[in-house]
Amino acid sequence: MRRRALLGGLLASAPARAEGPQQLRFEALYKSFGIRGLVFADEVMSRSGKPVAITGYMAPPLKAESSFFVLTREPLALCPFCQSDADWPLDIVVVYLRRIAPLVNAGVRINVTGRLETGSWADPESGFVSQLRIVDATLRTG
Amino acid sequence: MLFRVALTAALLASPVAMAQTIYPLTRAEILAGAKFDLKVEFPGAPSASKVTINGRDAAEVVGTAAKIIPNEDGLGHTAYWIRDASLKAGRYTVEATAEGKSAKVTWEVFATRPRVARNVILFIGDGLSIAHRTAARIVSKGISEGRYGGELAIDTMPNMALISTAGTDSIVTDSANSMSAYTTGHKSCVNALGVYCAKNKGSLDHPKVETIAELVKRRLGMAVGVITNTEIEDATPAGMVAHTRRRADYGDIVEMFYKVKPEVIMGGGSPWFLAKSTNGSRRTDEVDYLKKFEEAGYAVTETDTAMKAAAAKPQTRRMLGLFNTSNIDGALDRMFLKKGTVARFPDQPDLVDQVKVSLDLLSRSDKGFLLMVESGRIDKYTHSMDPERAIYDTIMLDNAVKLAKTFAAVRNDTLIIVVPDHAHPISVIGTYDDSRPGSAPRDKLGVYAEAVPPNYPPANAQGYPPSIDVSRRIALGFAAFPDNCFNAKPHLDGENVPAVAGTEKGTFVANEKNCSRPGAVRIEGNLPKDASSETHSGDDVLLTAMGPGSDAFHGRLDNTRVFRVMVNALGLGTR
Repeated sequence: MRRRALLGGLLASAPARAEGPQQLRFEALYKSFGIRGLVFADEVMSRSGKPVAITGYMAPPLKAESSFFVLTREPLALCPFCQSDADWPLDIVVVYLRRIAPLVNAGVRINVTGRLETGSWADPESGFVSQLRIVDATLRTG
Repeated sequence: MLFRVALTAALLASPVAMAQTIYPLTRAEILAGAKFDLKVEFPGAPSASKVTINGRDAAEVVGTAAKIIPNEDGLGHTAYWIRDASLKAGRYTVEATAEGKSAKVTWEVFATRPRVARNVILFIGDGLSIAHRTAARIVSKGISEGRYGGELAIDTMPNMALISTAGTDSIVTDSANSMSAYTTGHKSCVNALGVYCAKNKGSLDHPKVETIAELVKRRLGMAVGVITNTEIEDATPAGMVAHTRRRADYGDIVEMFYKVKPEVIMGGGSPWFLAKSTNGSRRTDEVDYLKKFEEAGYAVTETDTAMKAAAAKPQTRRMLGLFNTSNIDGALDRMFLKKGTVARFPDQPDLVDQVKVSLDLLSRSDKGFLLMVESGRIDKYTHSMDPERAIYDTIMLDNAVKLAKTFAAVRNDTLIIVVPDHAHPISVIGTYDDSRPGSAPRDKLGVYAEAVPPNYPPANAQGYPPSIDVSRRIALGFAAFPDNCFNAKPHLDGENVPAVAGTEKGTFVANEKNCSRPGAVRIEGNLPKDASSETHSGDDVLLTAMGPGSDAFHGRLDNTRVFRVMVNALGLGTR
C-alpha cells in the first residue's frame, strides 16, 4: 500500500524523541475559526512534528478495518466519505494508525496518541484532504 | 444523513436499457420559450435512428442541429442531444425510432397570460409538515378550551392548496428534486437539481432545464434573491441556480451561483467559497469565490451587523452574506440556549432580518424581484428528532412571512407563496407531563383527555416562549426512526444526535449519550439499519399564498404547478 510506504518514510525522516505526548483539546485547536478560513492555535503549530494526544470520536471509516480514520469532537451520525452531503464539521483530525485496527463504535470516546502533522495533505487512497493529522498513532477507548 | 440512502435508491432506479428513453419525460409541462435539453438514449448502436416532434424532424422544429454521441460515456447507448431547445406553446408528441422500435412522449408547452405580479416571494419551509404548523401555533400562540391565542401568518393567507411532491423515481422526494420542481416546473429524481436523470456518468452532464432564477433574469431583467439559514449550497437554495444530478456537488454549485449572480445570496457554507490552499476550505480548486464575488460588485458580509450596515448604504445593490461555516444556528440556539455554534459565530442574523435586508436591496431594482427564502432547519431538526428546535424554526419562518406580508400589504403587486418541499412523518400525539407517575416517556405521555395543553411561558414579542424546559411539553411522534434512546425531554445542551454509526459498516445504532439521560428508554428503529436519522415522508404538503396570481392555488396540485403559478404571475411565457 502506498500509504504504508509513506508512513514508513515519515517515520524514518522524523524519529520521535523521548518526549511525552501533550494532550490537545478540540476546543483549543484554532485561534480563529471564521468565514474566511481557520487559523491553528499557536500551541498546535508549536507541537507540529511532536507527540500529542487528543480525545474524540471515530467517524465511520471507509473500511471496516483501516489504519486511516477521522477523529471528531462529537459522535457523528455521518460518514464523511460515503456521505454525499458535506454536513460534517470542519474541526476534524485525520488519524493514521501505526497498524490497522478494527472499527470503534462512533458513540465511544477514544484517545489517540501519535505525532502531529500540520498543512494540507490529500490521502493518496481516498483523496481526503486534511490540514491536521496524527500519524504513527495508537488509540485506546475511554 | 438521509442522502446516502437516497442516492443508492436513485442509482438503482435508473431506467432499464430496453427501449429508447426521451427527456423531458412524458407529460412534461414546459414553459413556452424556456430552455431545456432534448435528449434521447437509444439502446446499442442503431444503424439508423429518427427523432420527430409532431411528425417533423426534431432538429428542424427546434431550429438547432442534433448531436449524436455513439457509446456515450462508454455505456453502450447512443445519445441524441439538442441542447438549449425551446418551443412555442402547444401540445407536442415526440417520437424516437430506431431499428423497428419506437418510443413516444407527449409534452404540454404552455404560454402565460400577461404579467400581473411585479415581485414574487417564495418561502420554503423545508420539511414543514402539518404537525410543525400545529405545534408552532400551540407553542407560540397558546391554546385554551380548544381556541388558539392567535393566528400564524402562514395560516392567514387567502389561498391554499394541497401539494403532491413525488419525484420521477420515487414516491418520497428529497429537497433537491422537490425544489427543482418548484424552480423549473419539471419533476426529477432524488438528489437532482435542474436536470432530468439520464444515464450520464458525470453529474453535470445530464439534460438540463432552465430555472426560474435564470428565466426572470434572462427574459425580464428582474433581480433575484436566494436566502436561507442552511448552507447556501444546500439543495433548496441551490435549486434556484443549479444543474446537477448530485446535490452534493457543492463546489460546482458555488460556481453556478456565480454564473447566475442572484443580487442577494445569504446563508452558511463559507468553506466552499475559499481556495483549496486556505485552511478551512472545502474546494478542490484554487478559485477564491469571495474575491470573485467582491470583484463582481457584491458586498461580502460575515455578520448580522455587517449585513445591516452594508444594506443601509443606498448604493449597495448586491450582497453575498455568509454567516457560518456550516448552517446558521436555529432560533432556539441563537436566541435562548446559546448552544450549537453560537459561541463561535455570536453575530449570526435571524431569518427575519435576512428577509428585511433582502427586501430593501431587491426593491432597488426597477424591474421587480424574485426572492426565495428558506427556513431550512425545520427539516434538519426533524431528521435529528429534535422537535423543539424544529418548532422554533417554524415560528421563525412565520415571522419572516409576517414581515413579507407587511411589505406586500401596502402594494398589490407581490405574490407570496409559503410551501414545504416535502413532509416528515410526524404528528402531534399529546403532551408529556412530568407530574404523571412513572419515569418512562410512555408513563409521562398524556393522550386524549389527558393531552392537556402544555405550560410554556407566554411568548415574547417575536412569538417565542422564553423557555422550553417546562413540566408539560408538546409531544411529537415520529413514524420512521433509527435505533435511538429517548426520554421525552428537550435537548438543552445542543441538537439531538439520535443515532451514530455502528461497528458494522453502513449501520447506525442508538447514540449512547442519550441512553444515560434520566428516564431514557431504548427504542428499536423501524427504518432500515443504514438510516442514520428520521426520514422524509411522501405525504402531501400544505401551500398557502396571497397576492396577484395566487388564486390559482386550490385543490390538490402537483409540485410542478407552483412553478407554473409563479411564471404565470410574472407573464414569463407571454407571446
